[in-house]
Amino acid sequence: MALKMVKGSIDRMFDKNLQDLVRGIRNHKEDEAKYISQCIDEIKQELKQDNIAVKANAVCKLTYLQMLGYDISWAAFNIIEVMSASKFTFKRIGYLAASQCFHEGTDVIMLTTNQIRKDLSSPNQYDTGVALTGLSCFVTPDLARDLANDIMTLMSHTKPYIRKKAVLIMYKVFLKYPESLRPAFPRLKEKLEDPDPGVQSAAVNVICELARRNPKNYLSLAPLFFKLMTSSTNNWVLIKIIKLFGALTPLEPRLGKKLIEPLTNLIHSTSAMSLLYECVNTVIAVLISLSSGMPNHSASIQLCVQKLRILIEDSDQNLKYLGLLAMSKILKTHPKSVQSHKDLILQCLDDKDESIRLRALDLLYGMVSKKNLMEIVKKLMIHVDKAEGTTYRDELLTKIIDICSQSNYQYITNFEWYISILVELTRLEGTRHGHLIAAQMLDVAIRVKAIRKFAVSQMAMLLDNAHLIASNTQRNGICEVLYAAAWICGEFSEHLEEANQTLEAMLRPKVTTLPGHIQAVYVQNMVKLYASILQQKEQSGEKEAAQEITQLMIERLPQFVQSADLEVQERASCILQLIKYIQKLQIKEVPVAEEVIALFAGELNPVAPKAQKKVPVPEGLDLDAWINEPPSDSESEDEKPKTIFHDEEQRHRHRQPEMDEEELARRREARKQEQANNPFYIKSSPSPQKRYQDTPGVEHIPVVQIDLSVPLKVPGMPMSDQYVKLEEERRHKQKLEKDKKKKKQKKEKRGKHHRHNSLHTESEEDIAPAHHVDIITEEMPENALPSDEDDKDPNDPYKALDIDLDKPLADSEKLPVQRHRNVEALKSPDSEAPPVEKKSKKPKKKEKKHKEKEREKGKKKEKEKKVVEEEERKKEEDLDFWLSTAPPPAPTTQPQSEPEASAAVVAEPQEVKREEREEHEEEEDEGKKSSKHKKKKHKKEKEEKSKDRKKSKKKSHHSEEETAESVQNGTLEDEPLPPMSSYRLLAENPYVKMTYDIQGNLQNDSQVTVSVIFENKSTSFLKSMELNVLDSLNTKMLRPEGSSVHDGIPVPFQLPPGISNEAQFVFTLQSIVMAQKLKGTLSFIVKNDEGSTHEKLDFKLHFSCASYLITTPCYSDAFAKLLESGDLHMSSIKLDGISISFQHLLAKICFHHHFSVVERVDSCASMYSRSIQGHHVCLLVKKGENSVSIDGKCSDSTLLSNLLDEMKETLSKC
Amino acid sequence: VSNNHGKPRLVRFYQRLAEEVQQQIIRETFHLVLKRDEHICNFLECGRAVPSVGAASPHPDPPLSSCLHSLFGGSDYKLIYRHYATLYFVFCVDSSESELGILDLIQVFVETLDKCFENVCELDLIFHMDKVHHILQEMVIGGMVLETNMNEIVAQVEAQSKLEKAEGGLSAAPSRAVSAVKNINLPEIPRNINIGDINIKVPNLSQFM
Repeated sequence: MALKMVKGSIDRMFDKNLQDLVRGIRNHKEDEAKYISQCIDEIKQELKQDNIAVKANAVCKLTYLQMLGYDISWAAFNIIEVMSASKFTFKRIGYLAASQCFHEGTDVIMLTTNQIRKDLSSPNQYDTGVALTGLSCFVTPDLARDLANDIMTLMSHTKPYIRKKAVLIMYKVFLKYPESLRPAFPRLKEKLEDPDPGVQSAAVNVICELARRNPKNYLSLAPLFFKLMTSSTNNWVLIKIIKLFGALTPLEPRLGKKLIEPLTNLIHSTSAMSLLYECVNTVIAVLISLSSGMPNHSASIQLCVQKLRILIEDSDQNLKYLGLLAMSKILKTHPKSVQSHKDLILQCLDDKDESIRLRALDLLYGMVSKKNLMEIVKKLMIHVDKAEGTTYRDELLTKIIDICSQSNYQYITNFEWYISILVELTRLEGTRHGHLIAAQMLDVAIRVKAIRKFAVSQMAMLLDNAHLIASNTQRNGICEVLYAAAWICGEFSEHLEEANQTLEAMLRPKVTTLPGHIQAVYVQNMVKLYASILQQKEQSGEKEAAQEITQLMIERLPQFVQSADLEVQERASCILQLIKYIQKLQIKEVPVAEEVIALFAGELNPVAPKAQKKVPVPEGLDLDAWINEPPSDSESEDEKPKTIFHDEEQRHRHRQPEMDEEELARRREARKQEQANNPFYIKSSPSPQKRYQDTPGVEHIPVVQIDLSVPLKVPGMPMSDQYVKLEEERRHKQKLEKDKKKKKQKKEKRGKHHRHNSLHTESEEDIAPAHHVDIITEEMPENALPSDEDDKDPNDPYKALDIDLDKPLADSEKLPVQRHRNVEALKSPDSEAPPVEKKSKKPKKKEKKHKEKEREKGKKKEKEKKVVEEEERKKEEDLDFWLSTAPPPAPTTQPQSEPEASAAVVAEPQEVKREEREEHEEEEDEGKKSSKHKKKKHKKEKEEKSKDRKKSKKKSHHSEEETAESVQNGTLEDEPLPPMSSYRLLAENPYVKMTYDIQGNLQNDSQVTVSVIFENKSTSFLKSMELNVLDSLNTKMLRPEGSSVHDGIPVPFQLPPGISNEAQFVFTLQSIVMAQKLKGTLSFIVKNDEGSTHEKLDFKLHFSCASYLITTPCYSDAFAKLLESGDLHMSSIKLDGISISFQHLLAKICFHHHFSVVERVDSCASMYSRSIQGHHVCLLVKKGENSVSIDGKCSDSTLLSNLLDEMKETLSKC
Repeated sequence: VSNNHGKPRLVRFYQRLAEEVQQQIIRETFHLVLKRDEHICNFLECGRAVPSVGAASPHPDPPLSSCLHSLFGGSDYKLIYRHYATLYFVFCVDSSESELGILDLIQVFVETLDKCFENVCELDLIFHMDKVHHILQEMVIGGMVLETNMNEIVAQVEAQSKLEKAEGGLSAAPSRAVSAVKNINLPEIPRNINIGDINIKVPNLSQFM
């Protein structure tokens, strides 16, 4: 034993290692702190020694102590010493300690820069690894700036172990030093395709993290990720990508459409629950972002809901929880599909797990409808009774109220039922939400006029039984409801039947045990009650009864006068005096009731929560100016409102119908102030219901109008259940009336705005109650100011990373390089792009025409600028290509080309653009090889050419038209194709000219054939032509099996000089609702006497929407049926200044847009066409004097609007 | 990671916080987690869970819950935990991580520990905190998941401890005890996992109970 002690103390004395320390701490449970401080002293000693091993050991112990909550920053310098040890063992300890305790405020951290750099470049991969790991924890802006370049280099390290760490750490570096993001990004992108899955997933991780904060900058990566998603098998990577897509889709709805299919496949195929869950989540996000227009929309939802149901039914609580979570997301947009699973959700309410129950409750909130509200609430009430914990019960209670009051009581059909529910809830013991219930009671009673009578009777009953509620007052908040009850009884005392009795109940001595603010309300409202009783008695001539009641007041009020609560006391003594005065008058037999009543004349209307904010400041009023020298801060604030509203005519607020705006606003304010002294004040407390009202804005609050044909009197305390039954009967009765009512409601809604404005007048006429339950809208000042903008937190660290990654790098942006060794490595493909003037604004597409003009002026500078713009736009469009859903089918017969001419017209302005772009592209290509000088020259050439082309185009186009018209009569035409027309220019250079035409294919709903005519314009021989197109996700060129997307398709012929020939290329596509452009290149070899050169010609293939249509005849009855079906979306355009004959007009539409005429009456015709994917398109074309209007209906609204746009373009050429 | 008594066994913060705050968070987290039954789901959303805890726990510690609250700023962070015998493994992650993924990650972590320590028990964690840290560092870096393949992790850890041995170890550390991985053929194969980013905290602990 003694020996052991000695040994122990020797240990302690010399080298106590981590294990000893831990053991020691465990042996000193009682005086741990003392022991530790002793240890720390020892450690300090150890740190003073020269032996690095001892130091390392000490640092190691410190790390442990740090975990226990001891500050070890004093040892920072020693930690650095250990970090710089040459042995890995020590180094690792040092870095670990550093990573635990260094932070930006650690001043010695700057000493580490060189050490870390040395470690990063160490030949030992673990040295590097440890440095990277440590760095990830304590990187500072300075370190990030100094080391970014080194880390970048490591991203291409030979060892995947280092690569993946380096990639991850770059994220930290970006956060601290955002300037590094752009230079590093290309390399990061490369890493997405790293051969090592670890590195790949690290890169995905980093990009996802970046993109999550600023998704819009990463949209351009979508195609890449899409590829990864469809190819990766790593679930972890998949989850990340899918989450990322979830963040991207809201920004780009087209992306969503693309995603649905692969996601659905994944959902079907994966066995990993986590992946399944994330897929479902993203699908939901997609569906939310797509407003509509997806045909198989509901199928996807159904799928999600089904899968979620499986999750929820699973016995694993985690899955259940997540299932509910996801379900609530669906609920927001597609409540219907969730509603069918009500049973399941209700079942979850019985779950043992509170978080699951809470989730289920959230769901219920969104699932209620007018039909099932009562049922659901009934179930909840049962749960309330069963619920054990108060927390959960309170949650239930708030949920019930939330559910009922949501959307301005939209789902409540029977307010009596609701009042009864509220009354039942008051019987809950120990709830903290008394004020909530009270707020609801007040709100309903005030806003639903027809219910007041009933409410008053219930409230009177509550007051009567106040002792029940108040008995355990002190502990719980339920007595708050008495506040509401007293106020309601007072304010609407005209509805009280047993006013005397209620008054007595309010005057009971027991009341004085209530909290002060409630007593205050009692006092105030008993006067109201008193006033109405008085009036009643006087009218019926019972003077004695009137005097009795006065006497009663005088007797009982003193108990309130003695109250310790100032408010109560003040009110009570005031009122007491008043009543004494009344008594005197009464004795003189002067009728006083009228005057007393006048105290409370007027009607209260609810005020919108935002009303105050929206009151405009009257002219000339400077709220910030001092009125007097500020005596003290608090006082001056009080004064402000007074300056505006100093007329204190509050108590008697008689409304005059005509008040100017300012006056009105003032009065509202006045009333508000008054309300501060009024029970109504409670409204300003944030009840949940208030919040809901905020969201839709007053204009949108539906006015619910309900028939209450059920007798209103329900004796005694009503059980809400009764109402459920009553309601059923009532509904039955109402069934017949329903249609009528609906119409009414609609009207109501329309009339709403008006109502709202004239509210103050309206409220004067007492609304005849009983059969109508009206929800009164809240008041807003007339000239309400728009307000409420959310500011983003400018300090958000992620904001700094909101950087446009597509812009080419400028020289100034390169990372600071400390050693030249890295310079080359830095250059990414992007950075080689020509240094461009920045700041060019993104071009608006509408500017086309303007550009044309500019162009003719031919100023070089502008051109250059444009080039930049184009480049940017191109990038944008690349993405667009990928995203847009394009076209269709390909007939293989040849010059069956009708769509061409149409496109020619449409395409003209675009052509200009296209040419420009071509130019630019060529330039780029060439630019790499050749000098700037050459480029310019080339550009000029191009310009001229394109002008010519334009002219010739117009001509040819014109002639085409004529032919077309001659062939077509406006009625019926199948394939009226003049072989010559419809080919549009694709691209052209001195060697070759390409024209093309696109045809849908009826047999295959996802293919189109593009026929391209190649014309050799040179005197050389063209051979080895190869055409390649950059596929978009939607549209892909059909390539022979086994060839990759990068392979071109050889053109199956060679072209001797002056010869032209046609080749066809088949494209597959998914969606056809939008026009699309694909970029492509033709490469070929020019062979002449001097030898042969390799040339390229870039082009853009434009798939117009019309090219997806197939002229299909349709009979008028079928046509009528189609229109009636109601499945079609509608949209229209109108064009002025059209002078061609109607006949010509129709012919044009038929020819260019592939329609057939169904019927024609005078200057009105209906037309029909069908897309290769079976969308119906119906048109009604009407011609007026000088204008044409086209109404279209189509099963896809996007397709329709695109078609109409194209048509507009065609026709505007007339 | 912490034990059934709330003693931290391993703590890792990926955001810098003062020591006191760290300790508060650990305590609070532990309180939250401890209250939950075995059969309850393993996620806790800080946004909603915290207030109810404050109300229900016998000794609500106001500064504490407010600090957890302000730290997590409501909704974006989740606690995801697993309970193994005497140890709770708690990760705090933000919404960019998949909940189920993190559960898997914890599993991988534990299995890795198991391999490296041969039948890991709480004592291993207590006495070899540094080693546990190193293992964790191979899995998560700066709050982001580095590697989810257990074999890969184990291989790296092993390589490093070999290197250390070659250098003679920490002279004063006799107990480089656990020679790694003897038990390579554990039945489970690591699944893919996904981890949290930003703020993973792993209080580690357990005493023997």
